[in-house]
Formats: sequence, C-alpha cells, structure tokens
Amino acid sequence: METPLPTAAAEDETWELRLYVAGQTVKSVTALANLKSYCEQHLKGRYKLEVIDLLVHPQLAAGDQILAIPTLVRKVPVPIRKIIGDLSNQERVLVGLDIRAVECK
Amino acid sequence: MHDALTSFTPHGPQLPKTPTGIDGLDEITEGGLPQGRPTLVCGSAGCGKTLMGVEFLVRGILDYDEPGVLMAFEETADELAANVTSLGFDLQALQDGGKLRLDHVHVDRSEIEETGEYDLEGLFIRLGYAIDSIGAKRVVLDTIEALFSGFPNQAVLRSEIRRLFRWLKDKGVTTIITAERGEGSLTRQGLEEYVSDCVILLDNRVIEQITTRRLRIVKYRGSTHGTNEYPYLITEEGISVLPVTSLKLDHEVSDDIVSSGVPALDEMFGRHGFYKGSSILITGTAGTAKTTLAAAFAEEICRTGKRCLFFAFEESPQQLVRNMRSVNIDLGKHQEQGLLHIEASRPTLNGLEKHLVTVHRLIKDWQPEAVVIDPISNLITVGNIAEVRSMLTRLIDFLKVNNITALFTSLISGRTIQQEMTEEGVSSLVDTWLSVRDLEGVGERNRGISILKSRGMAHSNQVREFLVTDKGIRLLDVVIGPAGIVTGASRLTQQVKEQAEALANQQELERKDRELERKRRVLEATITNLRTEFESVEEELRQINHDELMRQQALRYNRPSSAGTSTPE
Repeated sequence: METPLPTAAAEDETWELRLYVAGQTVKSVTALANLKSYCEQHLKGRYKLEVIDLLVHPQLAAGDQILAIPTLVRKVPVPIRKIIGDLSNQERVLVGLDIRAVECK
Repeated sequence: MHDALTSFTPHGPQLPKTPTGIDGLDEITEGGLPQGRPTLVCGSAGCGKTLMGVEFLVRGILDYDEPGVLMAFEETADELAANVTSLGFDLQALQDGGKLRLDHVHVDRSEIEETGEYDLEGLFIRLGYAIDSIGAKRVVLDTIEALFSGFPNQAVLRSEIRRLFRWLKDKGVTTIITAERGEGSLTRQGLEEYVSDCVILLDNRVIEQITTRRLRIVKYRGSTHGTNEYPYLITEEGISVLPVTSLKLDHEVSDDIVSSGVPALDEMFGRHGFYKGSSILITGTAGTAKTTLAAAFAEEICRTGKRCLFFAFEESPQQLVRNMRSVNIDLGKHQEQGLLHIEASRPTLNGLEKHLVTVHRLIKDWQPEAVVIDPISNLITVGNIAEVRSMLTRLIDFLKVNNITALFTSLISGRTIQQEMTEEGVSSLVDTWLSVRDLEGVGERNRGISILKSRGMAHSNQVREFLVTDKGIRLLDVVIGPAGIVTGASRLTQQVKEQAEALANQQELERKDRELERKRRVLEATITNLRTEFESVEEELRQINHDELMRQQALRYNRPSSAGTSTPE
C-alpha cells in the first residue's frame, strides 16, 4: 500500500457503477459490453453494476443530471464521476474511473 | 392595458399561432408565436430573455390554460422562482398545481469524461418526460448554448441541437429557446437562428446615459409581422412591448364640452370650452403662466367632481400646490378629496418608455377624466425628438381612445423665428392649440393668450392680454390703440388718456350748463327789472289819473257856488 491516493482505500469497497442507456441502441450495447469487460478485468468481485434504461424509467434522468447517452456514473467511491460515450477507449475509461490507481498497488 | 390595441384582423388563412399573453407582443407578431414550432429569443445580457420565457409560460398557464415546461440550464428552479416572485409569478404554486414543470439541467465540464460516441438522448428523454407528465403545450429552453460549455464535441452537439428542434416540432410544442447574442451574428453558435421558425431579437442600448430596451422580430416563417424596432419595458407586471404606430384613427368622439377653468378663456371658444376627450396644447416661452393655466384646468376638472391626473416634470407636488395657492388655485383641497393626483418626477429619472408605462399604469389605476402633462418639452432631455414624438403620438392616441381630455404644456424657445413650431412637432396631433406669449413694449412684459387652432369649433382670433392675479387668471378686455392692440402700461396710458378726455368733455358740458344757468338768471333779472319799471310807470300813471280825478271833483264842487258861471256839459 504505497499509493497515498484516497481511491486506494477503495480496495475493500464495493464499487457502485450505474450505466444509463436508452433502449438497445448500438452505442448502449457497445458501452455495456465494454464496461463489463473492464470491470471483470480490474474490479472483479468488487463492483456492482446497475443498468438503467431511460426509456423505461425516464424520471430517473434528472437525478444524475443525465443528458448524454450512454453515461456511466461512478456513485461509489466518491466523488461522483461521469463518463459519456460508448466507452470504447479503455485507457480513458480507466483514468476516468480512477481504476488505474487501484491497479498500481 | 392594451385591450384596445390587440384588435388585429387576420386576412385569409393564417399560420396557427400561440398567443404569448405578453403585453403588445401578440400584436406585433399578429397573433403570437408560431404554434408547435420553436422560436428563438436572443439578446445580450440583461435583456430579459429568461423573463420573456417565464412570462410566456406563466401567461400560457393562467390565461390560456396551456401547461408549460421550463428547462433551465443556467439557473436552478429555486433561483428562477425567486427571481420572478417580484413580478407576481408564483412558480411554486403553478408547479404544485401540475401546470408547470421546472427542470434544472446542470452541465459541468469538469465532471464529465468523454470516450467514444454518444448522443443527447438523455436530454430528449428528460424533456419528453417533463412534457408528457403534465401535457405541456409550451416549452422554454433557457439557454441552450450552455450545452456547448459542457460537451467538447461540437459536431455531435450541433447535430443534436438540430435534432432537438426537429423533435420539438414533431412533439407539437410551442417552444422558446433563448440564446446569448454573438459577435456579428444573432447567437454565439450561429446555429439556433437557422433552425428556428421565428427569431426575436432583444436589444438593450444606452443612448445618452438612458437605457432603452428594444425588440425586433428578425424572422417569422410563414407570417407577416411588425418589422420595426419596438421599445419594450420590464415593468412590475412583466414585459410590456409598446407598438409605436398601432392605432387606427377610429376612436369614439364626444360632443361634451369641458371648461378651461378660466371663464373668459372659455368665452373665446365658440362652444365655451374644449371638447371632452380632445387634446390641448399650451405653448409659450418661459414664464408665460403655462403651468398656471394647466392648474386652472385641473382645478376646474376637480371642482366638477371628476378625477384629474397631473404629471409635473418640473416641480414637486408640494411646490406646485404652494405656488398655485398664491393665485387662488387650491389644488391641495382636491388632493385631499382624492380627485387630484400629482405625479412628479424628473424626466431624466426614466427612459421615455418608462414614462409612458407610468402614465399608462396610473391612468389604468386612477381612471381620470383629464390628464395634464407639464411640460412635455422637458422630455426632450430624455430622448431625441423623433423618439419623443413617437412617444407622444402613442400617448395622445392612448388618451383619445380612452376619451380622456389631455392638456399638455410645452416650452418653446423665444429666439426661434418659427415660434409656432413646437419642437416635438406634436402640434398637428393636438386638437386645440393655445399660445401664450410675451407682449413686450414700452419697457415691460405682458402676457397675451391666443387660440392658434381649435378643431371643430369657432374661436376668437384676438390676442387677449391676461393677468395672473391673487384671484386667479383674469383676461382683460381688448383695448385697441392707434397702433393696434395695446397692453400693460400703454393700456394704462390709453385708459388715462381716455379718462382725461372724458373728464374734459364732462367739464365742458358742466361749464355750458352753468353758462346757460347764468343766462337764465340774467334773463330773469332783466324781466324783474322791467316789471319793476313797468310797475313804477303804472303806479305813476295811476297817480296821475287819480290826481286828475281829484282835481276834476274839486272843480265840480266849486262850480255850484258860482252858478251861472259854469257852462253845462
């Protein structure tokens, strides 16, 4: 445990991720597939993934200030982070979620 | 306020329109915004874009029963609600009533990481949900370009905004989108104006330190519209757009007469006063008692139990009341009775439009029979002549439509040769024009009043001298000297001369009377004299007769004693 980063402490925490999609669009499906693969790779067993389809629950869009689809929201650990797009760029997703820090232990 | 103004007549089939309910705006758009289509409202900071949007929604709910959605990108729902509370819009109550939905969209670049392709379906879903949940007919998006600061991918954003406009049209909601004005173009992104069906440009400009807000309809697909720049105001009751020349000349006219408050002045008019609902202009140089004449009129109105509104742009109410008391015009009494309201303000306090709105508001609240504005020439300090003229045109029209008698005073410069041209050029607008002026001569100044015109009424052509005395205004009789009308000291000289002549005549007459009397007395004396003479002669004659008689008697006595000697007779 050399890294002093606050997210390092998240090692024991369960990551709560929320992916907002709107129906089964190409972008949504791609995003979900990408996300699952990154999580399995880096956060195996330590994450909880919730997929929200706004076509089914449109009232949930306001809560997380969702405008773009797809949007990935990291609820835990705080602070909340948002990544928009189909998550095709692995590096940027990992930086965005701060997964790198966890990896570098 | 604009009940009379909103009577437009559509020609042929028209594009369906959604009335905004905003004062005057529906008139220049000839019915409202395009129904079911997006309208762009653009302008620089402080123009009232958001306010226009909010008012559009609130009026829609209150006046036309059309629920609305406000999607705010810049202000939170609470902030918005607080900002418009002062205008009497209770957004919270409307929200509770299920008629309004406020949705604050927060866009923060720092929170967002971008990777791969995306679209703004989330925004569409949110908006769609808000619209469907209350059955909204009206939508306001305030200010959509905030999205550009949140999302780095311009290409995606532009295409998504295009899609949004298309989507709003398909939804059939009448939408107002606000946007900041850009450099050299209507909006910063140069996008919204092309995809909107109607573009309203708001402008906030400062001319000679006075702010005037102006509104112009830049485009309106499928409809004619007013093309001018129209001044508008943000008042206590929301936005008020004032169409410059909206009125047709078809107002009702009255045959009633109102007195000018100066009996002798009334005499100069064929029908002894002004027509009710007409507009009267009093022009004159400084110190020619324009205000006094105006106050006399105001007092007369109040004296007959009617209400009068007095706008004083030069004096405070207290000062006006005090000054008028010195000429026996008691305005204070009428103020207490609630018949007179004096509204005093410096012309520079507000822009012209604000003044106009103040006048409109007070007239609406106060319902006066007559309005006095003293003086209109001071408004020149606020705007340029063209603006003042357009304001006065609108004001006079407004007063005429409401059948309110209006009296204006105007200061004219004594030096200009064209004294009879008022600077505002309103003289052609007014029905009756009185001119008060200095009649200068023999080292003194006197005031003269004349009627330059009086529509629909015979009037005197004389220049009458008048005095402002502690009993009020008094018109003097016309005195004609050898060289025309004489006034002041000349009038006195003339009068003294006439008096002297009269006196001399009188004396001459008396002298002749006395002469006659003397003659009579001489005659009488002579008669007496003659009679006395006659009497003495008569007496002498009688004496002689008597003596003779006596002598003969004596002779007769003596005869018998010497009978025979006497001869028988």
